[in-house]
Formats: sequence, structure tokens, C-alpha cells
Amino acid sequence: MSNSTLPTKQRDHVEAPVLGGLGESVARPDGTLKVTGDFAYSSDLWADGMLWASTLRSPHPHARIKSINIAPALKINGVSAVLTHDDVPGSKLYGLEIVDQPVLAFDTIRFHGEAIAIVAADHPETAKRAAQAIVVEYEILEPVVDADYAISGNAPVIHDGGNITRHVPIIFGPQNLKADVVVKGEYEVGMQDQAPLGPESGLAIPADDGGIDLYLSTQWLHVDRGQLATVLGLPPEKVRLTLAGVGGAFGAREDMSMQAHIALLAMRTGKPVKIVYSREESFFGHVHRHPAKLRYEHGVTKEGKLVYVKANIVLDGGAYASSSPAVCANAACFAVGPYEVESATIDAYVAYTNNPPCGAMRGFGAVQTGFAYESQMDKIAETLGMDPIELRLKNAMVRDSLMPTGQPVDSAAPVAEILEKLRAMPLPPLTATTDGFDVIELPGGASNVTHGEGVRRGIGYAVGIKNIGFSEGFDDYSTAKVRLQIINGEPVVEVHTAAAEVGQGLVTLKGQIARTELGVQRVVVHVSDTQVGSAGSTSASRQSYVTGGAVMTACKAVRDEVLLYAMEKLGHLHPHLLHFRANYKMVNGEIRDGEGQLVSSLADLVKDRVFECTREYRHRPTTPIDPITGQGLPHAQFAFAGHRAVVDVDIETGMVKVIEMASVQDVGKALNPQAVEGQIEGGTAQGLGLAILEEIQVVNGKVKNPSFTDYLIPTVLDMPPVRSIILEYADEHAPYGLRGVGEAPTISSTPAVVSAIRQATGLALTRVPVRPEHITSTL
Amino acid sequence: MEFFRPATLNDALTLKSAHPTALCINGGTDVMVELNFDRKRPETLLDLSAISELSEWSDQGDSILLGAGVSYTRIYHELAKELPGLAMASRTVGSLQIRNKGGVGGNLGSASPAGDAHPALLASGATVNVASVNGTRAIDINDFYVGPKKNAMNPDEIITSVLIPKARGGQQYSKIGTRNAMVIAVCSFGIAIDSTNKSVGTGIGSAGPTPLRAHEAESYAASHLDWTHGSAVTPEMMKEFGALVAAASKPIDDVRGTAAYRRHTLAVISGRCLKWAWTSTQEMRSK
Ligand SMILES: Cc1cc2nc3c(=O)[nH]c(=O)nc-3n(C[C@H](O)[C@H](O)[C@H](O)COP(=O)(O)OP(=O)(O)OC[C@H]3O[C@@H](n4cnc5c(N)ncnc54)[C@H](O)[C@@H]3O)c2cc1C
Repeated sequence: MSNSTLPTKQRDHVEAPVLGGLGESVARPDGTLKVTGDFAYSSDLWADGMLWASTLRSPHPHARIKSINIAPALKINGVSAVLTHDDVPGSKLYGLEIVDQPVLAFDTIRFHGEAIAIVAADHPETAKRAAQAIVVEYEILEPVVDADYAISGNAPVIHDGGNITRHVPIIFGPQNLKADVVVKGEYEVGMQDQAPLGPESGLAIPADDGGIDLYLSTQWLHVDRGQLATVLGLPPEKVRLTLAGVGGAFGAREDMSMQAHIALLAMRTGKPVKIVYSREESFFGHVHRHPAKLRYEHGVTKEGKLVYVKANIVLDGGAYASSSPAVCANAACFAVGPYEVESATIDAYVAYTNNPPCGAMRGFGAVQTGFAYESQMDKIAETLGMDPIELRLKNAMVRDSLMPTGQPVDSAAPVAEILEKLRAMPLPPLTATTDGFDVIELPGGASNVTHGEGVRRGIGYAVGIKNIGFSEGFDDYSTAKVRLQIINGEPVVEVHTAAAEVGQGLVTLKGQIARTELGVQRVVVHVSDTQVGSAGSTSASRQSYVTGGAVMTACKAVRDEVLLYAMEKLGHLHPHLLHFRANYKMVNGEIRDGEGQLVSSLADLVKDRVFECTREYRHRPTTPIDPITGQGLPHAQFAFAGHRAVVDVDIETGMVKVIEMASVQDVGKALNPQAVEGQIEGGTAQGLGLAILEEIQVVNGKVKNPSFTDYLIPTVLDMPPVRSIILEYADEHAPYGLRGVGEAPTISSTPAVVSAIRQATGLALTRVPVRPEHITSTL
Repeated sequence: MEFFRPATLNDALTLKSAHPTALCINGGTDVMVELNFDRKRPETLLDLSAISELSEWSDQGDSILLGAGVSYTRIYHELAKELPGLAMASRTVGSLQIRNKGGVGGNLGSASPAGDAHPALLASGATVNVASVNGTRAIDINDFYVGPKKNAMNPDEIITSVLIPKARGGQQYSKIGTRNAMVIAVCSFGIAIDSTNKSVGTGIGSAGPTPLRAHEAESYAASHLDWTHGSAVTPEMMKEFGALVAAASKPIDDVRGTAAYRRHTLAVISGRCLKWAWTSTQEMRSK
């Protein structure tokens, strides 16, 4: 059939792409609302007659609770309930991997800011004052604040079973190899905070059936539900959760914070209870990125080929386990970086201490090691007098390279291409310091620190690797319910999952997938709740992959059912339907055969019927790693990204101005290119923050800067434009070939910035964040 | 809590005398933070932002009379020529939103050693005008800061204005902060060169219990600057001047930086400020 015989109108119809389908930069449905301030976040929730909750937290990092007197709080007008651990009806402990954290502290306080009691009152201020009126008698104990000491065997034990939360050894290849050149280094990573702009908040409403409904900001509704059910002593089906507007997460919302507290208060008072943490409480109320000490030894040939890597990594997990065990495994598995090595000997430990608990944060264990191995690569290059990119190219992983776990990287590993592309990108010009220059462009920015004096330019490169999805044999799945029906003569698809949209763009992607798979313009994305099966966590860069896969699978199932129904109804007119169903397409609200001939419009066929399918999707199975050798197939997918950082440093004052961040990342397939760029820019910014600004300062167990006055995140004058190149090497194992995007850029951003500062200053800089006094201290 | 919003200064003074513990609020950029953190729970708030004479400035010939409530944004838009040092300091304050609300009266009211207006006011030799029902007082800026976050005012007084001599030479302000914007000073330095009187004024911020002057550095600069020919500031002069400024500071270690780092960078930025201010002094002359 020649094109010219087709009526023009019909041809347009067939070939016009679905608007807002996969591969397009579809705008977020909530984008305008967020920019104009109209978006309803979890902190904006409201219910008639609701009470406000407040938390009493420990001012001490380590203490024994001798007594808690709630009477003075109960006496305050407007207070409805004051609860302590005595009032927890079910399990008094909760936890993601190890159930070790008290809902409300009893006997022992293990960190500064640990929750002891909760109050519900008719006004947030009343609740706050009542919490302060509670009298707690403490016996103050010496805190264990150093992770090395904690696991030395000489420290007091923080939890029964000892202070080593997990030890992950990896023994790969022949051991005790000799090498021409040995390069050793010790590195340190400070405690970074996720600093989501929306503080922890939620609303709990007691239900008539004795259950409870919660509207929350979280990352994984079902894991919250499971923990809440045991704490409340309720069957899981009586605990119903609905995702409220999430103002950022970055890992901080994987653990419960206020969830059980408002649920307990609502059950006790019989009234809706709302809580919104202040910024200060937010710093105490969620887990942080693990601080780490990393001791490395690389053996290399004179030509720069890695022979062996030895690494000893100690992560400070703080007072409770959170996701420490998995973070520790990641630190071990990614200790070498995206490089081939003959032999690896790795020991990663995560310790209990009396510091604030640490858990998930974007990059999850691979950030800490990323800083260390990339610093080592720079140091090796310097020792050998080699170009740092050449050194990396010489050792870059390729497809089928082996991880230190023995697992082959059986998909694209374009590490060399990332480096080459970074190197080939044009460099920004030197910052002007004559004739009407703008001081804003120089180190110190608005503060007028230099007019060019002391300014040195530095350029640094780094690449990183990170796993996508949950690892080590975890049954990692998501669920999607997809429903097709005709509303007002138009086909409408409804997509329902329990996946948490935390700003990453899944809400947009779910619509894109449904439009593309079912050829329908109108897609309604149902609010995420526990009325469908679990979606797993919005973490590990996994939701596009796993929930995207579930939506895709459920859509295909709906399409199959529609086509079966079409066969039933129209098979006599379209005999091919019977055998060639796979060739039939659903596009633009119509069913067409392989030739493009119209079979039926969906509206005519479907009429009053409702097609609904619920499907689960799993990424390919992984295996645990051997507890002695660390060998196994723990990961489902790998992501690679690299950065080039260009910085200006005023070496006399230590002020740093990052001039440009360039990034290259393989995303498999950019399903929403604008969203991909957003992830790359955001991850780059968070990595830059760790490189030069962001640290929770903990002195003898006490947090010194729980506010944005002194916990500094990059402003628009600190975060330069990002130049990014997106590579698309489809992963044959993943839906649409996609590769998780969110975390990889956070890993290489930090070491690239530090490498650039090293080049500018000639200093070793073995700790992040690099503070100005690290740069000037040798002057 | 009682809340008053008088429209005239007289009403404000009467209210302040009747309620000496009333907390004044102008832009609120310090007060609201204190309330938010529960650090202050005043019985009474006295809002001064409706008093028009506090939010005006006037040209007094040799000086500018700056109303206590004139915002930082207005200072650097409207007074950059007359008060370049204060204008530069104003430009470094917080973010645009903060600069639109906050002003010098509030900075003086808080008297935080990190306040950005103080070094510029010290360097220029400003006078703080305060008033009460009993009359007015002019407080020399050198007598204004009496302790950490303490100023020389009486409970019934309100700051009405600040009298600041117009620049008679180059002025500069530089601040060290870990971030390139929106940052509280780790340390800061202001300088005002007076080519008429052949003198130099200085102010140090965030490196002592109060804002400070560096008297020896001032005399050193006054006697070493080449007033006759205007030859450039030498690296040696920058170094010596910087060392004297650092010696005049009394910094401590805290979350924002170490004492050693503060001393070191004060020396660096004050040396640079001397050089830049002297360069602009020469440019002003040649015009
Ligand atoms: C995000 C943020 C960033 C900031 N960044 C900076 C910065 O970079 N540099 C800096 O110096 N400051 C900064 N500040 C602090 C603040 O903005 C300044 O101190 C500002 O000058 C205060 O002015 P205001 O009018 O808002 O004062 P207010 O908050 O209204 O008052 C401050 C104090 O002064 C008293 N007061 C106000 N007016 C009078 C008056 N006429 N007479 C007597 N007492 C009075 C008040 O009682 C109060 O004690 C920042 C604040 C915030 C919130």
C-alpha cells in the first residue's frame, strides 16, 4: 500500500505520537502548583477538631532515664494526652532491618534528640509548652562517639550483641599480591543531612472500625504500615496510609519519624492528630548520611594498572541500626569504584555509637567510598606522574567486567566514554577580574572577599558506580493497578500504585507509560495509598524501574484483555486478531491492526465495560553475598556517572567558587529527558554540598548546628550551571532499557569538586566537607 | 501578647515608656527568628514599621541622617555614592527578602558581633540617635556596643536614626562566610579612608564579643599611606596592616570557624580592603 492512497486525515491519525508519552519532557502535574505555592504538602493537612502533637526529646546523647513525670504537662489547659513508652500497646521497638529503636525511649537514651514523650493539645504552641513541662530525671552517661573505638572491643556496649552492626568482608581474586607502586590514603566523610525542605509531617485520623487512617510524607507506605501495625498492635489492614504531598526525602523518610507518634495519640484521644516538625526537630527526627573513615591501599603497576585494592571502611551508624546493614554492604561492594582490579580485600564495618542514627541517603554507602577511591585514583596518578584521566581510562570497567563480588557487569558500562566525553567538553573561560568585573562571580561571591587576589583555578574529574534497586536477594517488587474505561465517550486510564512521589517525577512517568502502552490521552494517576499492593521504597533509584515496570506490565495486561474482548466481539470481522494479537496496536483511542487499519475505536468497543488489571513487577533476582568472602550476585543493575568540576579557589581565605559542573551519565533510556536532567542537576548539587558545605557537626554526641543558619546547603551562588550529556545504552534487563538515574550523580560530584580544589591548592584534602580552614591551615 | 503599631514617633515613645519591656520590631528579621525559636517571649511587641520618619533618610551636607528603619536594599540602591562602605555591607546581608525588610536600626538593636552594618558604622565614625519621652541622646558608635549582643541603650529608648559622615575617600567592606551568599559572617572587616583629614577608620566584625576597631592598624595606615602622591599600597603595607587588624581581634572557636582561621582571614581581607579602598580614594581624587 503506497502512502498516497491513504486519506491524509487517517494517516495523521495513525502516525501522530501520543502527546505526553515516553521519551517526551512531559511537565510535572504539580510543577506550577509548587512554584506558585499552591501545592498541598503534608504540612498543610487539616481535619476538623484536630489536635496538634509535639515531641519531648533528650538533651543528652547517653543517659539512663530515672523517671518521667508527665503530671505537669497534663495540668496545662488544652492538653488531651501525654504518652510515654508505657502507652505503646504493641511492640515498643521498630526498625527497617533490625528492630532496635524505641518508639519512645525507655531505660536508656542513646542519642541527642531521642524521643521520650509525646503530647497532643488543641494548639501547636500548647503542645510544645506541655512537652517542655514534662520532667525527666536522667543519670547522664559518657557517650561512645568514635566509631573506631566503638568497635574496638574496649567500648561500652550500646546494644546487646555488640557495637558492630554489620561487618562485610570481600575477598576477591588472588590475595597478597605485590605491586610496583603502593599508594596508601586515609579519608574521612562528615555527616551529611538530606535537608528536605518539607519537614516531617502528617495527620492521623482514628477510624470507626478501630483502625486508623494516616496521611503522611514518607518513602514507602507499606513498610511504614508494617511497622505501625506491630507498634499499635493492630492487624495491617486496619492501618491505612495515604501519601500526602512530600517536600523532598533523599532517604530521610525511609525510617519512621512521627508516624507512630501521631497514630498513638490519635488512638488515645479518638481525635485527628497532626504534627509538623520544626526545622530544628527535623534535624533530630530523621537519620543522616553515615560519617565514614576509609583507609585504602592500592597496588599498581608502573604503567598504572591496578593490581590490588585493600580497603578498611568504618561507618558510624549512630544509636540505631536503620538501614546500616545495607549501607555497609554497598560501601563494601563499591569500594573499588568503576574499575577493574585483579585482587580486592575489603572490610566494611558499621558501628553503633551514641551519635545521631544514620541510614539512607542518596548514594547509600557508595558516596563515602566514591570520595575515597577517586581521591586514591588522583593520588596514584600523581605518584606515577600520569594524567588522572589516562589512569582511569586504563582501569575503566567495560561490559562483563567483574565486580569485587565476582558479579559480572552484564550490561553497558561506558566508563571510558563518560571520561572521554567529560574531557572533550569545552572549558568555561577564566573569571574576569578587570574592567567592571562582578564580585559575585568570584570566590566569596556576594561577600566581596577577592577581586582576583589569591584566586587559582582547578579542574577535577571523577566517575562513580552505584547499584539500582534493592540488593542481596531482597524480593524487590512493585504493584500497579491499571483500569481502562470510557468516560463521557472518551477512554480514560487510571493508574494506581503505592509508590511514593517525593519529587523525583514518578507521577509524571506513570502517566507517560500508560499513554504510550494504551494509546490513550487521558490518564488519571490515583493518589498513592495502601489500598493496592506494595510498591517498595522510593529509594535505590528504583521506582522508574520497578514501579514503572509494574505499570507497564499492568497496562500490557489491560491491552491483552481489551484485545481478547475485541476478538470476542469483532473476531468475525477481523480474523487475524485470533492469531496475530501481538501485532495489533492501541493508539489514539483506537485499535488498529498491523497494517494500520482501524479495527474499532475504544469507545465503541469498550462501552460500559471496565478493564482492570493488577500486576506485580520484579527486577531479576539477586543473591546474598557470602558472609566470609563477599562473593555473590547481589545487584540487579549498575549505574555509571561522571563529573568534571571547575573551581576557583581563593587560596588565602579558603573561599571556593564552583564555576561549572559538567556531567555525563548513562541512563539507559531517558523516558523524560527534562526529569533526567533535573535528577542530574539535583544530585550534582547534593554532591557539591557534601564537598564544600554540608555537615552536621556533632561534638561529644551533641548536634551543634541543627538549623539552616549553620547547616549550609548550596545557594544559587554556590551551585553553578550544570552541563550534562545523557548517554542512552539500553539495559536489556530493564523496562524500556531504563537505568535508575537519581543517585549516580551524587557520587561523582563530591570527588570531582574536591579534586578540582586539590588541583588549585596543591593540598591533599582528605576530608569532606572541605572547610575554608583546611585550605588556609598550611599558610 | 500585646501588639502596638504606632503611627508616630511620639506615640511610640509614650508606649515604650509605659511598657519598657516591650520588644521593638521593625523588619522583624531578627525578632521573628527569636520568637520562632522560643528564645524570647515578650509580653508586648512594639512595631515601629509604620512610623514614616524612621524609614526616611536625609542629606545633612557632610553627613547622611539615616532613619533606623531604612531597608538595606534602599541603602545600596540610594546611598552607594555617599555611604559606599555601608552600602557594600548592606549588599552582603542575607537574601533579597531579608534585605528588603531588615535595616540598620534592627542590626544596632540586636548588636550581634556578626551584624554586617557595624564595621562600616565604626569605620565611618557614625553617631546613633536614640530618643525617649525624656528627650534624645546622640551615642558615639564607639560607645554603643557594650557587650555580646548588648548596646548602650536604656529600656525606654528607641533608635531613631544614625548620622553617618559621607565618604571622604575610599571605603570597603569584606566578609568571610563559608557560603557565597546568605551567610553569617565568620569574620568581617570595614574600612573608611578620609582623605580630607588624612585618617583611616576600621571596623572588625564577628571576631570578638562586640564589633571592634583596630586602632593601631588605623594609625599605621594613616602614617604610611602616600597622601601626597597617592602611590599604591605595597604588599608589605597590606601585610603589616592586616597583622595589626588581626592583633586587634579577639576571636573564639565555634561552629562557624576557628579563632586561628578568623585571625588569618581578617589579616587577608583587611589588607585587601586597604588596597582597594586606597585605589578608589585615588579614583575619587582624579575625578
Ligand atoms: C535568613 C536571614 C539572614 C540574615 N542574614 C544576615 C546577614 O547576612 N548579616 C546581618 O547582619 N544580619 C543578618 N540577619 C539578621 C537581620 O536581618 C539583621 O540583623 C537586620 O539588620 C535586622 O533588622 P530588622 O529591621 O529586621 O530588625 P528586627 O528584627 O525588627 O529587630 C532586631 C532587634 O532590634 C531591635 N530594634 C529594631 N528596631 C529598633 C529601633 N528603631 N529602636 C530600638 N530597637 C530596635 C528589636 O527590638 C530587636 O531586638 C539575617 C536574618 C535572617 C532571618
